[in-house]
Amino acid sequence: MIHFVLLISRQGKVRLTKWYSAYPQKERTKVIREISGEVLSRGPKLCNFVEWRGLKVVYRRYASLYFCMCINQDDNELEVLEIIHHYVETLDRYFGSVCELDLIFNFHKAYYILDELLLAGELQESSKKTVARLIAGQDALVETAKEEANSISNIIAQASK
Amino acid sequence: MNPFSSGTRLRDMIRAIRACKTAAEERAVVRKECAAIRAAINENDQEYRHRNLAKLMFIHMLGYPTHFGQMECLKLIASAGFPEKRIGYLGLMLLLDERQEVLMLVTNSLKQDLNHTNQYIVGLALCALGNICSAEMARDLAPEVEKLLQFRDPNIRKKAALCSIRIIRKVPDLAENFINPAAALLKEKHHGVLITGVQLCTDLCKVSSEALEYFRKKCTEVLVKTLKDVANSPYAPEYDVGGITDPFLHIRLLKFLRVLGQGDADASDTMNDILAQVATKTESNKNAGNAILYECVETIMSIEDNGGLRVLAINILGRFLSNRDNNIRYVALNMLMKAISVDAQAVQRHRATILECVKDSDASIRKRALELVYLLINESNVKPLTKELIDYLEVSDQEFKGDLTAKICSIVEKFSPEKIWYIDQMLKVLSEAGNFVKDEVCHALIVVISNAPDLHGYTVRALYRAFQASSEQESLVRVAVWCIGEYGDMLVKNVGMLDVEDPITVTESDAVDVAEIAIKRQSSDLTTKAMALIALLKLSSRFPSCSERIRDILVQQKGSLVLELQQRSIEFNSILEKHRNIRSALVERMPVLDEATFSGRRAGSVPTTVSSSTGATLKVPNGVVKPTAAPLVDLLDLTSDDVPAPSSSGADFLNDILGVDLSPASAHSGTSQAAKNGTDVLLDILSIGTPPAQSISSTPDIFSPSQNQKTPVASLDALLTPSPVSARAASPQAASSIIDLLDGLGPGPTVPENNGPAYPSIVAFESSSLRIMFDFSKSPANPQITVIKATFTNLSSNVYADFVFQAAVPKFLQLHLDPASSNTLPASGSGNVTQTLRVTNSQHGKKSLVMRIRIAYKIDGKDVLEEGQINGFPRDL
Repeated sequence: MIHFVLLISRQGKVRLTKWYSAYPQKERTKVIREISGEVLSRGPKLCNFVEWRGLKVVYRRYASLYFCMCINQDDNELEVLEIIHHYVETLDRYFGSVCELDLIFNFHKAYYILDELLLAGELQESSKKTVARLIAGQDALVETAKEEANSISNIIAQASK
Repeated sequence: MNPFSSGTRLRDMIRAIRACKTAAEERAVVRKECAAIRAAINENDQEYRHRNLAKLMFIHMLGYPTHFGQMECLKLIASAGFPEKRIGYLGLMLLLDERQEVLMLVTNSLKQDLNHTNQYIVGLALCALGNICSAEMARDLAPEVEKLLQFRDPNIRKKAALCSIRIIRKVPDLAENFINPAAALLKEKHHGVLITGVQLCTDLCKVSSEALEYFRKKCTEVLVKTLKDVANSPYAPEYDVGGITDPFLHIRLLKFLRVLGQGDADASDTMNDILAQVATKTESNKNAGNAILYECVETIMSIEDNGGLRVLAINILGRFLSNRDNNIRYVALNMLMKAISVDAQAVQRHRATILECVKDSDASIRKRALELVYLLINESNVKPLTKELIDYLEVSDQEFKGDLTAKICSIVEKFSPEKIWYIDQMLKVLSEAGNFVKDEVCHALIVVISNAPDLHGYTVRALYRAFQASSEQESLVRVAVWCIGEYGDMLVKNVGMLDVEDPITVTESDAVDVAEIAIKRQSSDLTTKAMALIALLKLSSRFPSCSERIRDILVQQKGSLVLELQQRSIEFNSILEKHRNIRSALVERMPVLDEATFSGRRAGSVPTTVSSSTGATLKVPNGVVKPTAAPLVDLLDLTSDDVPAPSSSGADFLNDILGVDLSPASAHSGTSQAAKNGTDVLLDILSIGTPPAQSISSTPDIFSPSQNQKTPVASLDALLTPSPVSARAASPQAASSIIDLLDGLGPGPTVPENNGPAYPSIVAFESSSLRIMFDFSKSPANPQITVIKATFTNLSSNVYADFVFQAAVPKFLQLHLDPASSNTLPASGSGNVTQTLRVTNSQHGKKSLVMRIRIAYKIDGKDVLEEGQINGFPRDL
């Protein structure tokens, strides 16, 4: 299973953290520091796996961002690389050639998409299309709610004139 | 609008934070935002609650505390609208973890949302539950999740399946409720449901053997068919990854088949064909294909034996191993470790490639390869492989040297065919990476050296050469100093020359140089310096010509700021100056170190012979307590319980090596550490087998010509045995010379710390009609407490009725009496009454026990009272 997902920029800034195993808040900071130290210091062309505290961190770099997932010793590292890529492609499809800034300003969207891909540390959906459809459906719900709220406040505003 | 609510939008806040040039600026912005959000929370602001929570999440990711926002998540989750709930659940998962009490408050909202009519809201609740639920929540909400496994929308079913995994991981007893609904998911066509369903079933098998049996029987064929379908499926753009349809589904199916096939020949048989097909037909030019092959190989290795398939699997790994992609090589090494147990021969064939991987530039690959090489080594290939590894040690990265050194040492110890090879390899390792060699390994080496008398000369010369070449490796210096101290004469006289050696000329002064360098080099640690001091002491006797120089070096160390070194040098100096007659006996060569004792100690056990032999010598006749007996007991007894627990066995052993040399001085010095050294000395002496009884008899003539004694052990033993107290009592001269030896280092004789469980019994009271015996025991944990078992014996011919024993003690003692075993004492010693007393001595070590007693009983209805005082308690109770 995936114990946690981290997105770290090349400068070591955290862009997303998702914990599927119980790590207390204090421990999380420590873990992030350790992982960024391990991963960011690795040269190019090395393999994408780092052994860490009896677990394995699978990471992959996309432009300035490192996508890291921590898994058990006996999990399939190659598959996790595919999962990371799957997530990146889904983000790409949603944002339209995603870049780090998208993930900074719309970090909550990145979380929503991740929540459609992974749950309880396991893969949930292998179809990018389905994920996109589900996210679009929820975004639409939010939009309608907003419009309703606006129209109500308009009515109130007009009534109070 | 609320004047407190922050006017800035989320986007503006992020921008402001990103615009900060320094950390202080960033803190200021965050502080301002947090203040505004707190104010809004206090105002119970509705309008911007979700925006504030979003801001908090961002601030949280930056690493600032955001606990004050936790309740806001709950409020948002409890509100009716989807947008609020969406952000509320996200905050819940981000800001809280399962250990927080607050989480329990959300159970009710979760329950409502799981039954909501809007499926997206149901989805949110499932997601939150699956990601952070605790065991209690899992129990409370399991029925809802179970129901949702049959929900009409597949997207809810798949979420419910993964949520069930979390639930059964938290509460395995719930597994059986999920078996049937999970089996139903395996028949679905929707890939998401299938993937999650297979995963759920795999996890169910892990926690429930009942589930495993069920799925094995009912589902193996269905799964094989599903795998066949997906493997043969035509191009499906929705699921295509690099030309393969849904590798994720492939992998999960293979993993589940592995669980079903393991240990079951029939199930394994069912899946053979499809495994062969996947192993041969899967494209291996893309990562996705390799991921499937990798999983397939593992399944083939794990299920019941099928020779043909295994050959296929090993071949795939061979191909992986020669792949240029580091990731593929890494997983190949990983899998070969598992393959070793299946087919060691096949793995041995790849030895050369694996050895190359040890030298890879990638730390992860190196580490895997080293683990694998370690498993591959056996008696037949140990020499060439070790040579390769040691050669590589010279050029490897600093951070890899630790691992590599540990593995090499372990290999050499485990497979060494002969001692000279062992010593040679260890010396190479010490010279290359001595700083990474663990203490235990050094000790093991010293034991081996000590046990190879014909190699002493060879070893000490080799060490001398190695030391000349590099004196930067701590462990090398230690071993070299130890050997030169012990076998320095062999170094100088070229004793025991082997054919393979080149002769070297070393003068006595050169040998002393080594020890001097070791003391004076900046980087030496305390142990090394202390060992060097001992070596010098030893050399002073071996090389009389250098004796003056050695004394000078010792004198310089007298001013050392480290207590240990200062003390040692003062003690040694005193030996050199005042006790020439015993010096040569003191510093004789160490007796051969007992390998069995060492390895036993390494395994954490103290040789039992020691305690039993002490026990045997302690049977002092009841009542007659020799004044010397108790302290002697103390000293000996320390061995059985007081072996320093916190120190590792290795360090303990080191103490022994040092302790034996040091003992005349330090065993009696005031520090408790020294006392422990003394203890270990005794331990060693005893385990070597000199009977302590003999030493008691030799007490009076300790300092008389002990050189006559055959072994240094015996002389040390004789020196040690009397405690200062007893020595003074026995022979005043002896006592004063011990104090003399300490030379101004605090004259007070030590009162040894007392843990000994064995004390001689005494007759506490005896009259014409009654005898009371006391047996003593002490818990090692608390030396202040003594447990006394009193045994009463009736010496008259009358039965004593209403027998009552009372005792009184001075204020520094505390006494607790347990009830007596009976209040009737049969006549003529035909039966005993026992009673337990517990005495706590607050002045333990300073004052002995004293006790007044009174015994009342009735003979034929007539009261009798006896009284007495007990002074004859053993000392140190």
